[in-house]
Amino acid sequence: MVSTILIVIGVLFNLIGCIGLIRLPDVYNRLQSATKCGTLGTCSILVGTLFHYGFTEAGIKAIIAIPILFFGATVAAHALVRGAYHFGIKLGDKSVKDDYKDAIK
Amino acid sequence: MDLLEILLYIQIALSASCLYRIIRGPSIADRMVAIDIFGVLVVGICAILSIITEKGFILDIGIAWIILSFIGTLTLAKYLSGKKLNE
Repeated sequence: MVSTILIVIGVLFNLIGCIGLIRLPDVYNRLQSATKCGTLGTCSILVGTLFHYGFTEAGIKAIIAIPILFFGATVAAHALVRGAYHFGIKLGDKSVKDDYKDAIK
Repeated sequence: MDLLEILLYIQIALSASCLYRIIRGPSIADRMVAIDIFGVLVVGICAILSIITEKGFILDIGIAWIILSFIGTLTLAKYLSGKKLNE
């Protein structure tokens, strides 16, 4: 029962993240919405899997997958947004502030 | 129909909606974001599928997919920022 609730929460976060991935205007906004898919959504689904299996063989696999996903997704998103900025992709039309331009001088 | 099967179909539909951004995305970084999130959603599909079928080995596919997607995204980010791969 607990596992089903956690999986429902995870799928809801994935839904919100995918709506943001399709609707938001530029790549930086899309990335901050879409990273929630990884950390909150799929980690919640994997915690639900762990509750379903308990500490069996498959549960240990879920325990291994959670930290890899949690840290891997955030590090990959950070590297991606940094590379996109250095590549020269502009911010959206409605963006009001760009502090990173002053920081890398 | 079971609740978990409905959640599985929702998750498959979400990962199909990432294909829209992969095809449509204006710049290369949009496509990379969409490919990264597609991998994360496939891991969720693997986890739900392993609960429905009660087979634990499907989680192995998820772990392998996470690591490969992480390495691929880091490599493409290095390429975008204009550095060599050993810097």
